[in-house]
Amino acid sequence: MDTMRERFITVTSHLLDEDPRLALVLAEISMDGFRPAQRAHPERVINVGIREQLLVGVGGGLALTGLRPVMHTFASFLVERPFEQVKLDFGHQGTGGVLVSASASYDWPAGGFTHMSPGDVALLDTLDGWTIHVPGHPDEAEALLRHAYADGDEKVYVRLSQLSNGAPRPVDGAGFLTVREGSDGVVLAVGPTLDDVLAATEGMDVTVLYATTVRPFDSAALRAAVGTGPADVVLVEPYLAGTSTAAANDALADLPHRVLGLGVGRAELRRYGTVEEHTAAHGLDPRSLRERITAFRQSGARR
Amino acid sequence: MTQTTADARFRYEDLGPLMARMTGAEKHGPAATSTLDVLWVLYDRVLRVTPATASDPERDRFLLSKGHGPMAYYAVLAAKGFLPVEWLSGFGGYDSPLGHHPDRTLVPGVEIGSGSLGHGLPLAVGSALGLRAQGLGEPAVWTLIGDAELDEGSNHEAIAYAGSAGLERLHTVVIDNDSATHGWRGGIASRFEAAGWSAVSVDGRDHAALYAAFTAPHPGRPHAVVARVEKKA
Repeated sequence: MDTMRERFITVTSHLLDEDPRLALVLAEISMDGFRPAQRAHPERVINVGIREQLLVGVGGGLALTGLRPVMHTFASFLVERPFEQVKLDFGHQGTGGVLVSASASYDWPAGGFTHMSPGDVALLDTLDGWTIHVPGHPDEAEALLRHAYADGDEKVYVRLSQLSNGAPRPVDGAGFLTVREGSDGVVLAVGPTLDDVLAATEGMDVTVLYATTVRPFDSAALRAAVGTGPADVVLVEPYLAGTSTAAANDALADLPHRVLGLGVGRAELRRYGTVEEHTAAHGLDPRSLRERITAFRQSGARR
Repeated sequence: MTQTTADARFRYEDLGPLMARMTGAEKHGPAATSTLDVLWVLYDRVLRVTPATASDPERDRFLLSKGHGPMAYYAVLAAKGFLPVEWLSGFGGYDSPLGHHPDRTLVPGVEIGSGSLGHGLPLAVGSALGLRAQGLGEPAVWTLIGDAELDEGSNHEAIAYAGSAGLERLHTVVIDNDSATHGWRGGIASRFEAAGWSAVSVDGRDHAALYAAFTAPHPGRPHAVVARVEKKA
């Protein structure tokens, strides 16, 4: 199976052939994969060099002329480093574009914290009007990229990762999916956390929702899953813990509820090693998840 | 596309009174704003854009990057008929579309919202690339920055890339009123030249010299005009 990033290269190269409105801006990262596309479309595959402010600014300029820009590099250098360009060169100009990141929260643990971006979704969430897709499988990445490219002049962020679930789900670029039904609480798994969440909640009487589009937050789906209660909700996100806690609280504002936000810890780990080791260190492996979810449910039962 | 005389009602001499509508000052000489002469020459004689063609894909684009102190810009846009003269007196008010930094979604003829320094030149690079990618080879893209704004690193990302890419339809005016604290040893034009641009320095109050600099041929290269004006008091 190819990775999400490889699929991004394949799909985008293909759609550059089909859609004359699509233009790709790179800052060296993934350039080798896009070389054939650049030869075919030298004026719509633009590599600005290692210049991330320019990466986003050029995308903003392309959008001003009516093109649909796709900007790509690692999440740290796409969202965090040029954040003011994201804020002003799109939102403030009233234009749209598609940011596609790689590397996610800890895709390259041996690379250390400089190449980790657990805060990208929370940071982008301070801005109005950004749709945020977090695919959990390369097939979902393809579906969500196609959706994003065809999404008019919307502002869209697609967060790709090396982490993946074993099988794809039929995602539509909007709502949450119900993967398992239960009657005593809801666990929302985002993107690549789904397999671990399903393993962790095996045998628990909980509904498992699956989110690959986290903004806008599908409040109606969460509200429906909670039903008449108990409104015990656990969020499992592959980026900064608590990123969607406020959105879940807002969705449940009209009934008593408890929300546990699990995800990547805020503290810098200062460890290298493997993805599996980092998943465990953040308490996101099936065993840790099961312990944390069980403790949360028991603390509710004691009320 | 041909340039028609946009609006014969206003002359250069009328810009002072138009600016006075915004500031409330009795008199407003051209020296009160560093950008006035550059903006007038561009809109009067160089840019192929009128209120009627303000959304034509074939129009020239002018991106005011130095969005701070936009009175001269609004005055020129009003003089050329892009916005009603009556708007000027509301400058900065809650119900006015004219802020102390311009917003492209509120003001006809304004190509970008600016105010935070260092955004216009990268957006202009992207605009030049976008027009070229769509086969629109005629429109020129202009941006105006200040010599202190040039401190922002985003400009240097754009200057280096645009020179290397040979973006011939890209033009940058640098208003140099010596306001950068650390200055530019070796001169501002040399930064552009070293990156592969065509560059010329002129008296930013001399309309004939500005016009000559703005219209100088620069085959295969982007073009920078450093317009020197008196140092801020």
